Amino acid sequence: MAGPATTPPRARRRPGADLLRIACLGVFVIFVLVPLYWMVITSIKPTSDYLAVPPVWFPAEPTIVHYTAALFSYRGLDGLINSLIVASAATVLSTVLGTLMAYSMARFDTGGQHLAFWVLSQRFLPPVAIVLPLFLLFRGWHLYDTHVGLIIVYTFITLPLSVWMMYAYFRQLPRSLEDAALVDGLSRWQALWMVAVPLAAPGIAAAAVFVFVAVWTEFFFALVLTSRHAFTLPTVFRAFLGFQGAQYGEACALATTSLVPSIALGILVQRHLVRGLTLGALRG
Amino acid sequence: MANVRISALHKHYAGVHAVRGIDLDIPDGEFTVLVGPSGCGKSTLLRTIAGLEDADSGTIEIGGEIVNGMRPRDRDVAMVFQDYALYPHMTVAGNIGLSLRARRRPKPEIETRVRGVADMLGIVDLLGRYPRQLSGGQRQRVAIGRAIVRNPRVFLFDEPLSNLDAQLRDEMRGEIKRLHQDISTTMIYVTHDQIEAMTLADRIVLMRDGRIEQQGAPLDLFEQPATMFVAGFLGSPQMNFLRGRIVRAGDGAAVRFGEGETPLPFPPARALATVPGGGEVIVGLRPEHAGRGSGGAPPPGAVRIEAEIELVQPTGSRSYATFRLAGQPVLAELQAHDVSRPGERIPIDINLGRAAVFDPQTGKAL
Repeated sequence: MAGPATTPPRARRRPGADLLRIACLGVFVIFVLVPLYWMVITSIKPTSDYLAVPPVWFPAEPTIVHYTAALFSYRGLDGLINSLIVASAATVLSTVLGTLMAYSMARFDTGGQHLAFWVLSQRFLPPVAIVLPLFLLFRGWHLYDTHVGLIIVYTFITLPLSVWMMYAYFRQLPRSLEDAALVDGLSRWQALWMVAVPLAAPGIAAAAVFVFVAVWTEFFFALVLTSRHAFTLPTVFRAFLGFQGAQYGEACALATTSLVPSIALGILVQRHLVRGLTLGALRG
Repeated sequence: MANVRISALHKHYAGVHAVRGIDLDIPDGEFTVLVGPSGCGKSTLLRTIAGLEDADSGTIEIGGEIVNGMRPRDRDVAMVFQDYALYPHMTVAGNIGLSLRARRRPKPEIETRVRGVADMLGIVDLLGRYPRQLSGGQRQRVAIGRAIVRNPRVFLFDEPLSNLDAQLRDEMRGEIKRLHQDISTTMIYVTHDQIEAMTLADRIVLMRDGRIEQQGAPLDLFEQPATMFVAGFLGSPQMNFLRGRIVRAGDGAAVRFGEGETPLPFPPARALATVPGGGEVIVGLRPEHAGRGSGGAPPPGAVRIEAEIELVQPTGSRSYATFRLAGQPVLAELQAHDVSRPGERIPIDINLGRAAVFDPQTGKAL
């Protein structure tokens, strides 16, 4: 790694190249940020300003009326709470089960290549192929429109993702660390818990974020498998596109609200996330 | 403290029959070095003793107790790994103390013992650091500290010095030897480096293709190798191997290194009685047994020849010179100033009295 005192050769560039670089990054940032800005701004605009020409960049009279409507009249708050319950539980379950499975596959070659591929192949299945059977089964098992039902479904559909992310991570952890732990007097479970898991923390954190975001934004299964009780946040958005036209303010208010947990989680694990996504290539 | 006894041990590892019927008896307190080229099964044998691999067949006894099927933690052995295997998320103190924590020793005891070991290894200042903040030699010391902190019955070392640079390796080698003298616990040490094996071992076990080729005290192996493989593996530079034919010469024997060459008197008379049909042999001559001839006559047992030096490799204290004997290249260990440049013709005394003789078919010593 180069010390901060030495000037890296890349810094000595022609100013033209620098400008081009800044311009490219600028376009990218605008592309990402402007829709977000428009969403937040629309959520506090009065209804008359939604589609005004010329566009209103900042409303003269900001309002929170869309938030109260979205959260209470349209039951957005219930959806938010349901989503938090379901996503948290599915994330914990998927990460714990995924860790155990990935460790077993990486260390003991459980199931050989076939199991590893079979796990991945679950992602090839179009959701529509299993949603109707699940709907029918869930009706019979009294899991329809329950948190437990959704948690089960989300745990299993995200498991391939978490298993594969952590499988790759565990495989590149040096085996000798766990060997040393075993000789030092730890049991296999202790070696997993005290040595392998702390070292795999970046991979586990990355997998957890992916699972959480996947569940948080999932619409299709939630739509089919819930109705009045366990409905999640994404399904609430249906209500904003009704016969009377689109409720842009309410939709944007709820969208803004729904971003908060994802951003909070991202900040929380940011330190681990980059290392997790590079699969430990930067392990020092 | 315990002896280790291995009987008829077999082990397949990664699809290879890595250990093929090892019988080995290591007395209590001995420093045994398993040495051999890569892939000879020495590391697999060590891992099987540690319990990290299960034996396919055969038994392993530690202190008179059969440990097959016992978990590593119950075998009471400690191991130092090639890449140190320090836990990166724990401090030095945490690394050294983990085995005691796993055994639920009281906290004050752990602290005292960790400190005692750190003191012994001169790493007290490092106890609060993390492995990534340590140099290679310091990491090595921590790995050793982790092994000795719990007074195991047996120490296992898996090529512990191979990641260090040459100077540090010499230094740590001395420390490991001193450590054994201080605590005199049974140690089993795996290496592919014959110098480490020679300098550290009470006994060398030289392995090849999953079997023991020869075992014994280092100098016994060096001076009386049972096979060409052992003779070639131990010693640096390598022993010279010369094809020759034993012929009768009066009362004794002589060796002729090529058709039409003058036979040289050959003192190892034992060879004569046992040479196979035709008298074909391979003569093993260590570089230090060929030197520049000076004075009137060669010393007893040696013959003097005149040879042209083809290649000179000075090391400072010695110069290695290559010449040809009946067309076959021979490396001789000369004094630093014995030869100045290639092409020079000098007298060379070859001490055939110290030579080893091998059967060219089987490679076994005659």
